[in-house]
Amino acid sequence: MSEKDDKVPAEESSPAESPARTDGPTASSTSGEGEPGAKSGSEDATATKSPETKPAGRSSSALVDTVLTTAAAIFLALVIGAVLMALSNQEVIDSMGYFFVYPWDFFTRSFDVVTTSYGALLKASLGSGEAVSHTLNRAAPLICAGLGVSLAFRSGLFNIGAQGQIILGTLAASYVGFTWDLPAVLLLPTSVLAGILAGALWGAIAGLLKAATGAHEVISTIMLNSIAASGILAYALGEMKSFQRPGDELGLPQSPPVPDSAAFPEVFGVHLGVLLAILAAVVVWWLLTRSTLGFELRSVGANPDASRTAGMSTGKVFILTMAIAGALSGLAATMLINGDQASNNASLVGTIGFDAITVALLGRGTPLGSVLAGLLFGALAVGGGAMQTSSAGTAPEIVQVVQGLIVLFVAAPAAVRWLVRQRRKEPTDTFAAKEATA
Amino acid sequence: MQLQIQGLTRRFGDFVANDAIDLTIEPGEIHCLLGENGAGKSTLMNMLYGLLEPSAGQILLDGKPVHFNTPGDAIDAGIGMVHQHFMLVPVFTVAENVMLGREGGPILNRKAAGQRVRDLSDRYGLHVDPKALVEDIPVGVQQRVEILKALANEAKVLILDEPTAVLTPQEIDELMEIMRQLKAQGTSIIFITHKLREVKAVGDKISVIRRGKIVGTADPSASEAELAEMMVGREVNLVVDKDAPEVGQPVLEARGVTIIDPRGHEVVKDVSFEARAGEVLGIAGVQGNGQTELIKSLLGLVRPSAGDIVLDGDSIAKHGPKRSLAAGIGYIPEDRSHDGYVATFSVRENLVLDLYRTPEFSSGPALKLAAIERNADQRIAEFDIRTTSRETPVGSLSGGNQQKVVVAREFSRPLKVLIASQPTRGVDVGSIEFIHKRIIEERDRGTAVIIVSTELDEIFALSDRIAVMYDGRIVDTVSPDIEREQIGLLMAGAVPEKGGAA
Repeated sequence: MSEKDDKVPAEESSPAESPARTDGPTASSTSGEGEPGAKSGSEDATATKSPETKPAGRSSSALVDTVLTTAAAIFLALVIGAVLMALSNQEVIDSMGYFFVYPWDFFTRSFDVVTTSYGALLKASLGSGEAVSHTLNRAAPLICAGLGVSLAFRSGLFNIGAQGQIILGTLAASYVGFTWDLPAVLLLPTSVLAGILAGALWGAIAGLLKAATGAHEVISTIMLNSIAASGILAYALGEMKSFQRPGDELGLPQSPPVPDSAAFPEVFGVHLGVLLAILAAVVVWWLLTRSTLGFELRSVGANPDASRTAGMSTGKVFILTMAIAGALSGLAATMLINGDQASNNASLVGTIGFDAITVALLGRGTPLGSVLAGLLFGALAVGGGAMQTSSAGTAPEIVQVVQGLIVLFVAAPAAVRWLVRQRRKEPTDTFAAKEATA
Repeated sequence: MQLQIQGLTRRFGDFVANDAIDLTIEPGEIHCLLGENGAGKSTLMNMLYGLLEPSAGQILLDGKPVHFNTPGDAIDAGIGMVHQHFMLVPVFTVAENVMLGREGGPILNRKAAGQRVRDLSDRYGLHVDPKALVEDIPVGVQQRVEILKALANEAKVLILDEPTAVLTPQEIDELMEIMRQLKAQGTSIIFITHKLREVKAVGDKISVIRRGKIVGTADPSASEAELAEMMVGREVNLVVDKDAPEVGQPVLEARGVTIIDPRGHEVVKDVSFEARAGEVLGIAGVQGNGQTELIKSLLGLVRPSAGDIVLDGDSIAKHGPKRSLAAGIGYIPEDRSHDGYVATFSVRENLVLDLYRTPEFSSGPALKLAAIERNADQRIAEFDIRTTSRETPVGSLSGGNQQKVVVAREFSRPLKVLIASQPTRGVDVGSIEFIHKRIIEERDRGTAVIIVSTELDEIFALSDRIAVMYDGRIVDTVSPDIEREQIGLLMAGAVPEKGGAA
């Protein structure tokens, strides 16, 4: 097999080198954390031999490959979603009872259900100016948090902690927003900044733990998520009088929303946060491609040993990366607090922090990819509700299933690539070889 | 068993790694496959061993076409392979390693396995103790265990992939003796190497492979220069031209450096030396005798547990790589793919991997992309780096060109000390010539040069003084006029006669 894996974050690049290796797992010098033993040097010779077993020319074909794979993943997920919609519809189920007598009913009804549902989804997410503004507002936090996860990916860190970082961000942004008495020009920026800083701080803790003690960021960010949700947020809502909205003591405790003076201004229903999210993407792009920090970050992500040998401090990179990733999650939090003017409660953040991981995966760890993936998931989220209220009455959970499937297909690129290849009728070398030897 | 390869071709996309290779290996023949790195030797062997599928052509055993989908198929057909990196379980005994994968039922029969190892070992003169733990035996013997494994599988054709890279000169002689024994018993051997001396010593027939094609065959009687020319495709200067050194002041000093590795072993023991301006100090030794750690400590990647490292009178042992690099240490690491470059980064980016913070390539937080691009174009031209463009990922270049990227980067700033570990490992003959020339030029500019190499040829070609390391110590420092055999003895840990070499 010679296909070059696309530059999917973190792990994808190293497998790309190994399949052709002469001696498989034992000699693969994947750039892991493991301290090289005294004999690590002996691996050099095989590693340097790999070029002769490597295909030439990859960047442009890799990009085409990425786009095709992603498109195929989305398409496949929508098809499976359609099947599920049809099979969960009562009328379709009824028509199956007499399928062998009059099969046509089954197909027309299935078709109706699918077109009605997807039609409603499309209309609600893109069908009107208002729909588009909803989609954009919904996409903004996904884009920001997705950027945070993407950035961490690029430095080799798997940031599962967007959820916790967002929760901290919402706490800080809303607290500052509804308690501080500042003029409007100052209140909004202060509140937003507080959200960003809180997220950055929460992210930096995981980076610091990794840099200082080697604690794996996956473990520490998961723990920090729990502490943020079940510890700090629950405490603030349950115990801190200053945080609770009066009158909710008996029901669901929640904070008051921020006042209008701390809310993002809106134009045609689109709040300022959307612009900030796009700006954030541009900043992340600049950071990654044009800055010394981005150079270090990508280098540490791709080969920490060579980076250390070149004089970079991996610890510094880990801390800074996680802080910036956290800041982006904090910015995502302000989309909810200052954008939607939502009350802070236990379910406000929902699963945005985890959706951010799927956004980053689908976006292949790139800023542009995160924006596009965020928009797609935003549209799906907005449209999901509309499917239920449509005449087909499709469950909005189908959207979640579709999202999950997209990521699953993206994460299993070999399967999708195989399908793509079948469609393009372009034989791989293996097939070519089989033909040649047959 | 006769092994025939007919028109074997392997393509990767547009790239033809092997182009219609024809080879015949007769029973009881030592067939040398000589070629530079990236010439296609490994691709060919991987097809023979069932690791890669040919794009075209076929393999015949005794005239019958065979088809290998997995190494298992190849082993069953009687092909054995000794990889450059041993596939042994260190905590198992020799016998256990040999029976690995052929346990034959739920109950292990250690006794039978031990007997089998003893029989084979006696028959081929391998001298291996079946009960020894693999981690306790020297590398040369471990290699024999690998050969035993292949023989236990009744290999009729044995592929040895660069088997001498990890051996001392004495062990190399022993290996050659074993190869002759195997041959006498009718085993065919495919001996892959790029070392001309070995080919001439043991080969029956030599096939030279270049750019995926067999470019010719030669007799072992051919001269080294002839073979090198076939391998590279042009005339090669095997000797490094250099004048006597103009030795200056000591620049870098190691004073009683002791290093304890993460597992708690003392790997460098009280090592002292000085590297002087305008002189090449060679550090010879078999791999794994503390050179790796010593060199890393010179840059500050490893902190000595005792002793000091002094650059121009200042202690730098605790400075870390960033400051040491900035202070004028150039560093070519032993394992370039591990420590020398970032495989997914482009040539352009790798050429500034430790320079991106300098005012030349950045201002404040921003990189100066234009300057970095200009630098790349310059270095690519100056060091003759063969790459499709400056944006090509370094991981997809050939070994020699990868090393040139590292060398070019380290030579692109003023140096006080150049530390080069295995500067030409896995590098083709043409590039070796070039890199050696640049190292001597650097020396003549007044830089103190430290070369660490396990290749004696390289040590002799470059060094003005040779320190020999064994078991974490410098056992002796000698002049390059010393006999090869004597250095071989030092590398194997023989105590030097005091008052001998200077």
